[in-house]
Amino acid sequence: MTIDPAYRSFVSYIDKSRTFYGAHGYEHPYRWAYDAGTPAFAPLPGPLPSLRLGVITTSYLPAPAGEDRPPKAPYAASVERPPTSMFTEDLSWDKEATHTDDPESYLPLARLAEQVGQGRIGSLSPRFYGVPTEYSQRRTIDVDAPAIEEFLREDQVDVALLVPL
Amino acid sequence: MSLVARHLEAAGIPTVIVGSARDIVEQAGVARFLFVDFPLGNPMGKPYETGQQRHIVEQALTLLERAWAPRTTVQSDVVWGDDSWRAAFMRVDDGNRAALAAAGEARRREQALAKTDGRTRSS
Repeated sequence: MTIDPAYRSFVSYIDKSRTFYGAHGYEHPYRWAYDAGTPAFAPLPGPLPSLRLGVITTSYLPAPAGEDRPPKAPYAASVERPPTSMFTEDLSWDKEATHTDDPESYLPLARLAEQVGQGRIGSLSPRFYGVPTEYSQRRTIDVDAPAIEEFLREDQVDVALLVPL
Repeated sequence: MSLVARHLEAAGIPTVIVGSARDIVEQAGVARFLFVDFPLGNPMGKPYETGQQRHIVEQALTLLERAWAPRTTVQSDVVWGDDSWRAAFMRVDDGNRAALAAAGEARRREQALAKTDGRTRSS
């Protein structure tokens, strides 16, 4: 199948999910975060080769032994020995078109370590960070985002790469 | 994730988001966004394609360095190849409408049951 230029080429997930869950009989579509204003913009505090970068993912660490799934809460984990697989089952990604068996395809710790080796980035934070995808935007704003900020401060992270699945 | 980026920017920590759901990120409004036009799941490059992954990381770093205003979106030049996923993902048509409605019904019944169950147990 090719792209039909009579239509927008990129997929609108807002439209898709509204139609999809509507077809399931859910009457009230999800109301996505919306801001028409000018979002905050922090300039880089220095050249990238002098800065520490932290990575934030929506994937989870593997479930603890004896549990079905990992806890749905912000976490920080060492980049030293990252898990060879992450828990992504509960997230909305295209399970027919692709897979998440290679964490580098959404949590690029090895690729970033290469950049550190080449001097492109000063350093990689000793930990990477996970933030759950919450239905409640209030919860993300009031609880999860400040928790992530605190992790970044503890690790003296200068810049952040955020990768939602 | 966009809301986390917005929080960090307001706290003085520069961010770049790399993602594949363009409308969701742009409506939330973020500082820097590298759009990778792939099916959801591999925004940092196709699984095991390390060359492509390197390229996307490099693009994200360049965007971090060069953006000068918020709501800067850069579309990565990587392409998935086959485009059939665009129509197939969350497809709703006459072929599956009844099945989706039934699945929704079943799910709501299950949830209602779980709720009743919980009440019984806690009372």
